[in-house]
Amino acid sequence: MSPVLEVSGLKTHFFTHAGVVKAVDGVDFAVNKGEVMGLVGESGSGKSITGFSILGLIDPPGRIVEGEIRFNGENIANASEETLKSIRGNRISMIFQDPMMTLNPVLRIDSQMMEAILAHEAVPKRQAWERCRDALGLVGIPSPEERLQAYPHQLSGGMRQRVSIAIAFLNKPDLIIADEPTTALDVTIQAQIIHEAQKLTSQTGTAMIWITHDLAVVAGLADRISVMYAGRIVEQGLTDDVIDHPLHPYTVGLLGSVPTANKRGERLFQIEGMTPNMLSLPEGCAFSPRCGFASEACQVPPAVEHVANRELRCYHPQSQVAAE
Amino acid sequence: MTVFVIRRLMQAFFVVFLMSVIVFFGVNIVGDPVYMLVSPDADQADIEAAIRRLGLDRPIWEQYLLFLKGAAQGNLGDSFVFGEPALKLILHHMPATLELAFSALFLSVVLGIPLGLFSGLYPDNPVSKGIMAGSILGFSLPTFWVGLMLILLFAVELGWLPSTGRGDTATIFGIETSLATWDGIRHIFLPALNLSLLKISLAIRLTRAGVREAMGQDYVKYARAKGISTRRIIFVHVMKNIMIPVITVMGLEFGSLIGFSVVTETIFAWPGMGKLLIDAILQLDRPVVVAYLMIMVLFFVLINLIVDILYSILDPRVRIQDQGA
Repeated sequence: MSPVLEVSGLKTHFFTHAGVVKAVDGVDFAVNKGEVMGLVGESGSGKSITGFSILGLIDPPGRIVEGEIRFNGENIANASEETLKSIRGNRISMIFQDPMMTLNPVLRIDSQMMEAILAHEAVPKRQAWERCRDALGLVGIPSPEERLQAYPHQLSGGMRQRVSIAIAFLNKPDLIIADEPTTALDVTIQAQIIHEAQKLTSQTGTAMIWITHDLAVVAGLADRISVMYAGRIVEQGLTDDVIDHPLHPYTVGLLGSVPTANKRGERLFQIEGMTPNMLSLPEGCAFSPRCGFASEACQVPPAVEHVANRELRCYHPQSQVAAE
Repeated sequence: MTVFVIRRLMQAFFVVFLMSVIVFFGVNIVGDPVYMLVSPDADQADIEAAIRRLGLDRPIWEQYLLFLKGAAQGNLGDSFVFGEPALKLILHHMPATLELAFSALFLSVVLGIPLGLFSGLYPDNPVSKGIMAGSILGFSLPTFWVGLMLILLFAVELGWLPSTGRGDTATIFGIETSLATWDGIRHIFLPALNLSLLKISLAIRLTRAGVREAMGQDYVKYARAKGISTRRIIFVHVMKNIMIPVITVMGLEFGSLIGFSVVTETIFAWPGMGKLLIDAILQLDRPVVVAYLMIMVLFFVLINLIVDILYSILDPRVRIQDQGA
């Protein structure tokens, strides 16, 4: 099966006064049709920038300096604004983090939904309106006709994120990039939103990249997980493999710091040190200063290796260490 | 909505009453109008008669109560100089000032907003930098000096436009206006431009700041992620958000346009309320000064009310609800 999206060697750098920030520095991954990929990492690891790079929404001083973004076989990295515009919201759509900020406060829901259709298709307004109404019904919004006439401030946070999801699915895209769509919501709403997204992707066969810092969220949602650290994907594999047998010390640390019931009373595990300053990354493996297994070898950046069904950037895979 | 309007009207009534006290007693402190009115060789008996005729022999609080009694019946006193009702004099001069102020407001909106939009969208463009430099000049150069320079350049040197006065007027919809004749428009252009310079600069800066802020907002990025055309993003998503502060400020500034017209009208000999006020002040024509100020207060209160209502139409978040308050 040919992948919907194939990103290879993607580098997005920001040229600031203080220096070059290599927010995304050589990222490779592929997403197949109908597949959900979890892109996991701390704030500042470059996961959102990866998402925006795919849509060509990187504003100066940042730009894509290298790499290919193959969407349905065609390279759209640094494609013309016209090409990108016809793809955005149509073939690839995006769900943003904070539903309070993403919907325009002075426009009604109907005009914000209908414009997403009318920008890509010449259909009668009535027809566009009906599609919007049906889309709202699909994401579980009661009495969609009334909601269409509402302004964003009249809806709750969870309701607004449902609207964003409805907008994302409006044009039946091939791929949806969801950038921390549940982070701003409370836990019960989170679960509903994830359920809604899961249902729709499996119904429509839409592929999805779910960007999050929360491993627990993607554990139940994603087919595959990519763990990002300081602009690079350090570990990538099937969800069950990554969760059950993490290989990269960073992934091990992330999983170890998730609070669970059987650790009650114990001190929560914590990864040593702080997220690196993106302006002065260490030579070699960016995680090595925080890593308990770092050695001389880590002074040279590790290349991508295929280990146990996994793509890995590490000289000291953990399960193997344990096995030895 | 109704409750809101009624509450605002009651506040307005209180403000007007308070202003009437301040204005009436304030004006009485400056100078004695009698000596401006009687001939220099008048004897004591003539002066006494004049004082009695103007009602100035009564104690000030009695004068004020008489003024209030008249005001309640729509009579703000007679002009000392012209012997005519002050209100009638002002209303007679009002259309000229209003058309000047509206023309200036029109100029500041049609020039200021597009220029501000351009410089907000392309902040690094040399043209934008020129616009911003121009707006600093517009803010800092004194109105009277710019007025004189405009006359020098366009009326004296180039001879394109007349320097002073109001041109031919014509009546449309029962209002006498110079905007209906070509000669009138030629006459109003320079004073309107002079009066609007400050407001153009204000509109430029407000719009520019608004555009720059809005362009960085998530909702703009989200609209781009939906594949919306740049034109729709700017003119619908961004403009609708920006118009809220712009309309508020420009609306409130309309009152100050009428106020500032005192200077412009004096320079361009525009026969409006401002010129009437200056003449009245020079001649210590108290009733006219008081009546002018009262009308200005009413104007400001009214403008504030209109702006509030407009605001609630533009911004759904402040749509006024009858919250029983």
